[in-house]
Amino acid sequence: MMQTIKKFFASGTPWIWVNAGAVAISVIMTVGLLLLLALNGLSHFWPKDIMLANYSQPVLDSQPVEREIIGERIDTEQVSAERIISSGIPVSAQTPLYERELIKIGNRDLNGSDFTWLLTNYLSDISYPENLTAFERREWGNFYGYVQEVKEAGVTVVTSDPSIESDDAAWLVLEERIERALNIYEQIDTLEGDDIGEVNYALERLRLQERGYELRGTDTPERLSAIAAERANWEANYEILQTRLGELYEQVERDSVVMLAMNGDSTEINVSQIVRAYQPNGMHIGSKLVVYGEKLWEFLSDEPREANTEGGIFPAIFGTVTMVLLMSIFVTPFGVIAAVYLREYAKQGFITRTIRIAVNNLAGVPSIVYGVFGLGFFIYFLGSEVDQAFYPEALPAPTFGTPGMLWASLTLALLTVPVVIVSTEEGLARIPRSLREGSLALGATKFETLIRVVLPMASPAMMTGLILAVARAAGEVAPLMLVGVVKLAPTLPINGNYPYFHLDQKFMHLGFHIYDVGFQSPNVEAARPLVFATALLLVIVIALLNVLAVTIRNRLREKYKSLDM
Amino acid sequence: MTESKTEYAPVNRSKFKKIDMGKIGSHEQNLSAEDLPRCLNVENLNLYYSGAHALKDVSMTLPRQRVTAFIGPSGCGKSSLLRCFNRMNDLVDGCEIKGSITLDGEDIYHRSVDVADLRRRVGMVFQKPNPFPKSIYENVAYGLRIQGINKKRILDESVEKSLQAAALWDEVKDRLHDSALGLSGGQQQRLVIARTVAVEPEVLLLDEPASALDPISTLKIEELINELKERYTIVIVTHNMQQAARVSDFTAFMYMGKMIEFDTADNIFTNPSEKQTEDYITGRYG
Repeated sequence: MMQTIKKFFASGTPWIWVNAGAVAISVIMTVGLLLLLALNGLSHFWPKDIMLANYSQPVLDSQPVEREIIGERIDTEQVSAERIISSGIPVSAQTPLYERELIKIGNRDLNGSDFTWLLTNYLSDISYPENLTAFERREWGNFYGYVQEVKEAGVTVVTSDPSIESDDAAWLVLEERIERALNIYEQIDTLEGDDIGEVNYALERLRLQERGYELRGTDTPERLSAIAAERANWEANYEILQTRLGELYEQVERDSVVMLAMNGDSTEINVSQIVRAYQPNGMHIGSKLVVYGEKLWEFLSDEPREANTEGGIFPAIFGTVTMVLLMSIFVTPFGVIAAVYLREYAKQGFITRTIRIAVNNLAGVPSIVYGVFGLGFFIYFLGSEVDQAFYPEALPAPTFGTPGMLWASLTLALLTVPVVIVSTEEGLARIPRSLREGSLALGATKFETLIRVVLPMASPAMMTGLILAVARAAGEVAPLMLVGVVKLAPTLPINGNYPYFHLDQKFMHLGFHIYDVGFQSPNVEAARPLVFATALLLVIVIALLNVLAVTIRNRLREKYKSLDM
Repeated sequence: MTESKTEYAPVNRSKFKKIDMGKIGSHEQNLSAEDLPRCLNVENLNLYYSGAHALKDVSMTLPRQRVTAFIGPSGCGKSSLLRCFNRMNDLVDGCEIKGSITLDGEDIYHRSVDVADLRRRVGMVFQKPNPFPKSIYENVAYGLRIQGINKKRILDESVEKSLQAAALWDEVKDRLHDSALGLSGGQQQRLVIARTVAVEPEVLLLDEPASALDPISTLKIEELINELKERYTIVIVTHNMQQAARVSDFTAFMYMGKMIEFDTADNIFTNPSEKQTEDYITGRYG
């Protein structure tokens, strides 16, 4: 028996099981994490049915009052009777556990809060009438209720009876009106964002130009009058745009809808406030999918609304990707050049060894330390020097002497440069000596050999370094909070205003967005699914950046695959 | 390696005889290297690797457009000597050289010598084929591109000429732009020779060029050496004595960093004047 056990262990079978088990656990945890993120994040965009029910929970010392509930059922959980009793609801302690449900009742303007917890046992008469309507609004969150009346310039156009489920006359008219309002709103958006933005930008530039002349003492009357003329030109332009904007606003605010909310509350909502309206209870799976797609696309492509709890996160995606790319542009040449010097030119000895150890240790410094360094050195020192030298006219408002895209990328480049140095050095060390000698023997200098043979062959190793750098940089949040990331910055760092790249601007970042939405949000329940969705998106963005880098590396590897020497 | 050579040796004895009869036997039997036009001249050369004395007081004269072979046991310094001719030893840390080597009368270790320029004049082929991970065409064009020649017409011409000189043209002319790493070992070594020939050197240094190749490829390389010596001064290091006898006009036997004997191949292999040489070529040691 002992012999068999001994044999069994000697055969290595248990070792294989341990190895395979470790792999299996890693895979399960990763897949599980992704599934958790996907389920919680992606289900948020599904147009859920809207429930209509009656609710009467027991009240201390009096008869329970029945009230109407309209809303989306979000979540359920088990709560102990004690906890419910201690919160002031006298339930029977006989039943140890009660189920309670999170209902999104929306209508924050009427109810004060979007969400409510209800005890499932006291819900009754649950139904899903087809004429219950959900609005997504620009302000105050979602609205749930019945369409009662559509008005044009305060005059009633059409009415429906909320108690008749099939009376959709008002709804049909409303859909058209919303479509119209959205079209006008798009024009307003372009006008405000692009056209008026351009005017503001031009006026600011003129102001800086004038201030610059003043500072340098070259403010001759001709120049000033030229500026004044141009300014008058832009201002006239502005007036025209402003008038047009006023007209559009008037048009967009023409229609309104009277809604009947739960418990008979009636309220009038301007159609211009509505982003999207749907009646989920009557929808097929197909049309629900369409709405789902629209909402998902809005999440990916739009700007955030309502303290980041609604709308999209496009500026954060754009900021993250731009910052990572910019960091790659900084870190690769710098790391490669440093590695080439260390490996190829520097005399190997005590000093190079010390430098190498120091570089390796730099990779282990906590990232927040880099953030502090970036703030102190890049922003306060370099940035303010840059401002004094190149942007004196904007002072005391800082241009580069304040957190921004450039400094954030540089800080992250500094954070990741050790990784690039180490892997490039390894790559250089792997190039066979015979190839270098082959090149030198043909009359190439050391530099020519490096440029033409060694560096191309080491490029896959450089890409490996870059992949590691990207993976680390894209997920980094702590240092960014000090050097450039903000809660809300809808103006993208690359846009249509000359000089197109605005690296002094602050930007949004997916990692910080998760922190902000999850922990700094005034509306926790509304934000929670967005945390999951944003986290999933961050993972996907990093994965895509990595796939890109890995693809490039594999191509290079294929191209420069060396002899086995 | 040695095994394959033993099989292969009898087949080529006729070839050995051909060279023997044709060249060495009739014309140069009694000529010493000093009587021919000089190419490389080595005087009192001493080489130290971090203090270790690797070459001891070597002096010799290598004649122009002849094949000179260095033979000797491993570690005797023949490769070190070869690598002095194009200053490859400069790359070795702690390497120190005393004495002089002249190429056409110019001291190649003089300060004013441009090493890259010297290496262009003294080409080198290594033990293992080391083509660059580029196309066949780019491998051959490499030396010219280094010199700043980028005109397609000139490059095309030179690539064809060099590949023909290395007897590789017919095998690769249809796939010039494929990777050089797809070639067989023997083809790669001929490609490396073509690459070296493309920069038109005066001297070709071959450091055991066939030691990593199969017998057929070895034969091709040896034939190639015979053709190339019409135009180049060739110095070859080899472990294989039959090979040295087959391809060389002059042979130097080295032992423990010293030049024991340097004479015509005929004399070395048939009538060595030193006891050590005789012991080595008859296989008593080494």
